[in-house]
Amino acid sequence: MGAGIMTITVDPIATLPPQPLLSRYAECSMWLARYMERIENLARIIDITETFVRSGATDGWKAIIQINADEERFFKAHRKYAAEQVISFYVIERDNPTSIAALAHAARENARSLRPFISVEMWAQLNVFTNFVRDLKANDIRPGEISTLCTKIKEECQTHTGITEGTLYRDQVSVFYNIGRYIERADQITRLIDIKYHTLLPSEAGVGSEVDISQWSALLRSAAGYHAYRRVMAGDIRPSSIIGFLLKSAAFPRSLTTNLRLLHNSLTQLRRDYRLLASSNILERVEHLSAVLESQTATQIIVSGLHEFCDWIQSELQQVQNEIAQAFWPTEPVLATPLQSLPPLEPLPAFSSQTQSQSQI
Amino acid sequence: MGNSTHKQTGPSPTASGFSASTPSEGLFSTYQNGHFFCELTNTGAPLDPRIDLLRQRLNALPLDDLRTRAAQAEQELYNLGITFTVYSDKNAIDRILPFDLVPRILTQPEWRHVEAGVKQRVKALNMFLWDIYHDQNVLKDGIIPRELVVGNSNFCPAMMGLDVPGGTYIHIDGTDLVRDETGRFLVLEDNGRTPSGVSYVIENRHTTLRVMPDIASGIDLMPVDEYGMRLQNALSEVAPEGVDNPQVVLLSPGIYNSAYFEHVFLAREMGVPLVEGRDLVTENDRVYMRTTAGLRPVHSIYRRLNDDFLDPEAFDPSSMLGVPGLVQAYRKGNVTIANAIGTGVADDKAVYAYMPRIIQYYLSEEPILSNVETHICAEPEGLAYTLANLDKLVVKPVGESGGYGLLIGPHATKEELADFSCKLKDDPANYISQPVVQLSVCPTLCETGLENRHVDLRPFAVTGKDTWVLPGGLSRVALKRGSLVVNSSQGGGSKDTWVLAS
Repeated sequence: MGAGIMTITVDPIATLPPQPLLSRYAECSMWLARYMERIENLARIIDITETFVRSGATDGWKAIIQINADEERFFKAHRKYAAEQVISFYVIERDNPTSIAALAHAARENARSLRPFISVEMWAQLNVFTNFVRDLKANDIRPGEISTLCTKIKEECQTHTGITEGTLYRDQVSVFYNIGRYIERADQITRLIDIKYHTLLPSEAGVGSEVDISQWSALLRSAAGYHAYRRVMAGDIRPSSIIGFLLKSAAFPRSLTTNLRLLHNSLTQLRRDYRLLASSNILERVEHLSAVLESQTATQIIVSGLHEFCDWIQSELQQVQNEIAQAFWPTEPVLATPLQSLPPLEPLPAFSSQTQSQSQI
Repeated sequence: MGNSTHKQTGPSPTASGFSASTPSEGLFSTYQNGHFFCELTNTGAPLDPRIDLLRQRLNALPLDDLRTRAAQAEQELYNLGITFTVYSDKNAIDRILPFDLVPRILTQPEWRHVEAGVKQRVKALNMFLWDIYHDQNVLKDGIIPRELVVGNSNFCPAMMGLDVPGGTYIHIDGTDLVRDETGRFLVLEDNGRTPSGVSYVIENRHTTLRVMPDIASGIDLMPVDEYGMRLQNALSEVAPEGVDNPQVVLLSPGIYNSAYFEHVFLAREMGVPLVEGRDLVTENDRVYMRTTAGLRPVHSIYRRLNDDFLDPEAFDPSSMLGVPGLVQAYRKGNVTIANAIGTGVADDKAVYAYMPRIIQYYLSEEPILSNVETHICAEPEGLAYTLANLDKLVVKPVGESGGYGLLIGPHATKEELADFSCKLKDDPANYISQPVVQLSVCPTLCETGLENRHVDLRPFAVTGKDTWVLPGGLSRVALKRGSLVVNSSQGGGSKDTWVLAS
């Protein structure tokens, strides 16, 4: 480095004030992400339930209905918790708003609104995927086919995620998209845990048995966490360790703690990069959620009620969602304060880069 | 007589003057253009070597190959979502506008003629609109009957005295052209409200180059890609004065509108927000959009919404699509609306008949593009001609009644003709008559191979301070044998329109 003189060349595009984003697009972007994540997780849940049932959990199909609190709607159209009926309810029945078919339709309609922002690739893949889902018939969801189908749906969702990562322009649209993804992942991991809890509840005797262990492994697999878990936890297959991993692993992409952290980052980005100060209050709620999670061990959470904990997380995330809506797509909007142009860049003190690199070690 | 006399203008090959030799084998060996003007094989002698090259390349393709490419093109349009959407109860069904991959070609001289004609027409239309919403000299001078204009349902009294920026009312114009059996271009209709279809012009080009790169290779074409940039510039130019960096938006009725794809396309090409009525609010006679950071000012609105839906306070109070207070903000000069409100009066059927005279009146020029020969029955000569030739003419009622009460002479029975004569004599001012135009044809992939199908042409003109015409335009093709109806709702498709670059 020269004698304390630093020249900073700034690309003109970097100094442009952030472009305003229509509220409606922020909303659509968030929901597109949520629906796609929800579809993927639903496919995971159906897949694992099928595994549970095959390995002897008699109440497996009932549990899905329960964790989604869909009893009332389910019994309008069906009489019993039979595999075919539950799968049909959650995969192809468009009348059920929580079915994959309905969610895919909703995802596409949000994407349709977002088309000015999303790449042709992203739209084309969604289009092909939703058409595929729309055309599924009863024959395609027979018990023998369901695992293959779930894999296909998961893969399509992951393709969507990949194309989004690779093509979505990193402006507010993508921040809101990420917020949606993290809220949904945080919510869904608690539902995945809850489904095991529900399945176990009727026969506590099964805890620690062969069947139980294989079910916990299946749960990890369905969250794509089995190998990572094995690598860090080796032979420890205690339920509390697995729950601890799913809730609190800072490195596992679907854990609650990871998603709360990423959610916090995205909300911070709105405040910092786009000067959307309304995200401050929401940040506080997320911080509180994280604090509650970090202050307890998995065993403590289980002892004081895992199901209740999951419920509480879900309702807090709902609050986060509501507050985001109120802040960024309110029914009664107010005049914006004019955007201040960015303060002129000042040369960084010479030592700062060192401090930064140290702090990152 | 009405404006039934016209000069032959522009390139004027005759049907017998040239006909490309029919190859003995290949796709063109069975192709015949009958007594129609063919856009590909009969486009002026001698045949441009590039057109001949294209024809040879197409001719050498096995039919299966062409079909495979056509299927690829359709699949691609579908997957890319270049579609219009039909909504039923629960389903959103995306349909593509059928695409025929044999391009329609215009030579430079042909295009320069069309371009000059369209510019002239747009200029006259804008001057006409300024006049009828200000001093109304054209009415005082008796060029066009006053009642036809001020009594027209599309005449908008709220526009009286409003000075629109740059004097531009029709910022985006689509002129529907056809070619008769001699290849002469004729104006069938003006579209001065919210003409659609421009997205297909650009997407069709992309599709052609993707599925037929070998066919198009080495043939230099005028580009179509700058449309969005031109439009954005034009809309910025006509923003209210004193705004440095105007915010342009595209106002769409929303995802349920069948042209939603085009709205998305244009917003993207222009780089401006695509808004719906619910995204906009007015405060103190200014227009704002709702953003994540609160309300932000909007200065120029390209609306794809009809006048009636723009503002429930000014027009249809039951419409949920528009923006309450928009017209008031517009009248205060705080926002520009493109196209202006009340342009519908200028593309009305009845006013169309007077366009040659309107051009004469404002520009002291002969029309470069003729109307389809039109007889105005309000005038004694026109009425006499119409009555004498009723069995050969299409007679259209003017004004509000639109498509109702139309007579197609060649298809009518003796009784019908007699009945219609009476109606005509009772109320001659309500009618115009035109000959049946034999539309030009273009080779089109059909069941049996290449067959002739009728086409029209809609060039798009963008006007801010000046007028620019997108090279080419939308070529619509009637896919049914013998049909003259090119509308997509009735079995129409579209073609890529090439303008040779030199």
